[in-house]
Amino acid sequence: MIDNNQLLRFTTAGSVDDGKSTLIGRLLYDSKSIFEDQLQAIEKTSKKKGHEGVDLALFTDGLRDEREQGITIDVAYRYFTTPKRKFIIADTPGHVEYTRNMVTGASTANAAIILVDARHGVIEQTRRHAFIASLLQIPHILVCINKMDLVDYSEDAYNRVIDQFEEFSSKLLVKDVRFIPISALEGDNVVNRSTNMDWYQGAPLLHTLETVHISSDVNKIDARFPVQTVLRPQSESHRDYRGYAGRMASGVLRVGDDVTVLPSGFTSKIKSIDTFDKQLEEAFAPMSVSICLEDDVDVSRGNMIVRSNNKPETSQDIEVMLCWLNKTSSKPREKYSIYHTSNSETAMIKELVYKIDMKTLDRNTNDEVLNMNDIAKVRIRTTKPLMIDSYRENRTTGSIILVNDSTNETVAAGMIV
Amino acid sequence: MSKYYLNYLDELESEAIFVLREVCAQFQNPVILFSGGKDSIVVTHLARKAFHPAKIPFSLMHVDTGHNFPETIKFRDDLISDLGLNLIVGSVQESIDNGRVAEEKGKSATRNALQTTTLLDAIENHKVDCAIGGGRRDEEKARAKERFFSHRDDFGQWDPKNQRPELWNLFNGKHFEGEHFRVFPISNWTEMDVWNYIEKENLRIPSLYFAHEREVVWRNDSWIPCSEFLTLEANEKTETKKIRFRTLGDITITGGIESDADTLKKIVEEVSTMRQTERGNRSDDKRSETAMEDRKRQGYF
Repeated sequence: MIDNNQLLRFTTAGSVDDGKSTLIGRLLYDSKSIFEDQLQAIEKTSKKKGHEGVDLALFTDGLRDEREQGITIDVAYRYFTTPKRKFIIADTPGHVEYTRNMVTGASTANAAIILVDARHGVIEQTRRHAFIASLLQIPHILVCINKMDLVDYSEDAYNRVIDQFEEFSSKLLVKDVRFIPISALEGDNVVNRSTNMDWYQGAPLLHTLETVHISSDVNKIDARFPVQTVLRPQSESHRDYRGYAGRMASGVLRVGDDVTVLPSGFTSKIKSIDTFDKQLEEAFAPMSVSICLEDDVDVSRGNMIVRSNNKPETSQDIEVMLCWLNKTSSKPREKYSIYHTSNSETAMIKELVYKIDMKTLDRNTNDEVLNMNDIAKVRIRTTKPLMIDSYRENRTTGSIILVNDSTNETVAAGMIV
Repeated sequence: MSKYYLNYLDELESEAIFVLREVCAQFQNPVILFSGGKDSIVVTHLARKAFHPAKIPFSLMHVDTGHNFPETIKFRDDLISDLGLNLIVGSVQESIDNGRVAEEKGKSATRNALQTTTLLDAIENHKVDCAIGGGRRDEEKARAKERFFSHRDDFGQWDPKNQRPELWNLFNGKHFEGEHFRVFPISNWTEMDVWNYIEKENLRIPSLYFAHEREVVWRNDSWIPCSEFLTLEANEKTETKKIRFRTLGDITITGGIESDADTLKKIVEEVSTMRQTERGNRSDDKRSETAMEDRKRQGYF
C-alpha cells in the first residue's frame, strides 16, 4: 500500500465558531484515525463540560492554556492516512492577531481549506484567509461552505457564497479554487457523500483531498541545489570522496549535466549523484542526495549548484512581501540576519513600500514600522548577493526569514517578489 | 512527468535527512538521544543515510534509568560498535547517588521523571548544543505543536508559548552559550510510518518488539514485565503470556500487549489494525491530562 501514495500537506484556517475543529475531528473520526483511548478521553471531557454526545472539536485541542481558554493559539499538526494518501494537517487559528500562525501553516501546504459559515457568507476573515493563501501561493484552495444543515441544505445559500468569493478572489493570484457544501457536525460531504444535497455534483472533501493533482505543485523546470554541507569521509574506502549534500529545491539534475556553482561562477559537470542506497542517474525535488562534480572546485554550505543554462537572479537588493512575526516591532534601517536556502547573510530593511491593512486588504503607504502580524512590501539590502527566484516561481529559493541577532528569534518571513 | 514525485515514505525520509544535515551544519556538538526504542533506531539509521559515505558526525547519548530491559542494552552496545560511534551514558542511578534527585516513593513510583535531571546534567557536562530525538507529533497532544528545531533556555526548559515560528524549510538554530536545541527529524512520521519504514529498510530492532513468552503481571490495564525492580502487590500474581511491546521505556512502566506478531510483516499488519494509541500502555502518560506537557516544560525528551 505504501508504493505510490503521495503526501499531501494542507492547512485549515478558521475561527472559534466556524466549525474548523469539528471539521478536523470529523475527518479524523470518519476516516477511522481516532484511537479508542483518544475517543474515551474526549468522551470523558465532553461529559465533564456538559456537552451532549461526543464533541469532536475537543480532539484537536492541544496545550493546557488552550484547553483552559478554549482557543487554538499556535499551529498544531495532525496526521491521517487513507488507502490513497497520507495527510498532514497544519491546524491554525484564524483571528487577525494570529496572521503569523496562518502564514506559518500555509508555508508548506499544498492545499488550504477555507471555512465559510453558510449563514453568514464571506466575511472579513474569509477574505483574509484567501489573501494569505494566495500570498503564500498555496496551489489548491478548497472553500468549504459549512453548516449547510442550518440553511436547510439550500443550493441558493451555496451559490451566494460562491458569488461573494469569486467577486473578490478575481483580484488574487489563486490557480485552483473549488467549493464544497458541507456540514462538519452532521458529516455531510466530509468523508461520505451527503444525501441531503442532491443538487451538488462534485466530490466530498476527503475524495477531493485524495485526488487533487499535486505532482505539478513543485517547480520541475529550474534545477536548484542549495548545498547544506560537504561530505568528506577521508576513510580507507573513500579517501578522495567529496560530496555536496543537499536537497533538490526544484527541477531535475542529471549525471553529466553542465553546472555552475553560485556565487563563485565555477563551472563543472555532475560526476555522480549518490544516496546511501544507490547511485542515481537523476535527482529531482524534494530528494536529499549527495552530488559529486568532475572538477575539484571550491564549494561550501550556502552555495548553490544550478544548470549552467538556467541560473537564478543574483542580487543584493530584493523586494519582499514580509510578514512580521515578533512582539518586538521592526525599526527603520535595523540590521538582521537573513536566511535564504542554506545561506545566511546580514540584511537591512531599507524601505517599507506599503503595508496591507489586514481588515480591508487595502494598501497603506504612510507607515514606517512593522508590528506583529503585519504584512508589508519592503525593500531589503543584503551585504552579499543572494541567488534568488521569485516566490511565485519557486517557493524554496523565493522565501527568506529574518533573525534578530540580539535575541536570536525569527522575527519575519518573506516572499521574494 | 508523472515519475517525478516521491511516495510519502521517501518524502518523509528525504525531509528527515535534510533536517539532520541542517543539524550538522548549524551546531558544534550534537548528539542523538538513543533509548534503544524503534524511533531512535530509525533516527540513527536516517543519520547514517544523511552522511554516507562519511560516518555519522554525532555521538549517541543514552539516559539510563538503571531499570533496563537487558535486551535493550545489548542492542545499544552492538549498534555502537557496528557504527563505530561514541556513546555517552547519563545515569539516573548516579544522579540519585549524588543527591541530584530523590527516588519516588509509593506503589506507582518510577524513575521516569528523574530522567529529566540526568538528561539535562549530561547535556551540560558534555557541552551538547543540540540533542536529536525521535519524538513524533502524532504521539501525544503536547507534541503536536512541537517544532523540528525546538529551543531550550539555559535551564533546559521548553516554553510552548514562546517557540520560534518555523516556515518552509528554513530552520533557525541560533542560540546563546548554555542554551541548547532539541531537534526532531521524524516529527511528521506516525507510528505506522515508522513501522512501514522499518519493514521497508529491514532494520534490526530489539527482540522485545516481537511476540515472545514472558512472565508478566496485569497492572494499569497492561502486562507489566516481571523484573528485579518490580514489587508485587498482595493481590497480584504473575503469569506467562505471549506478548510484545509497542514502545520501549523503563522496564517498570512499559506495558506489553498480547500478540502473536513475531515477524516485521505481522507487526505492521497488527499495528495497522490497532485501536489504541501506542502510549496508551505507558503509565507515565496516564498521570494527568497534561502529564506530557508538564514534563516537556521541565526539559523531558
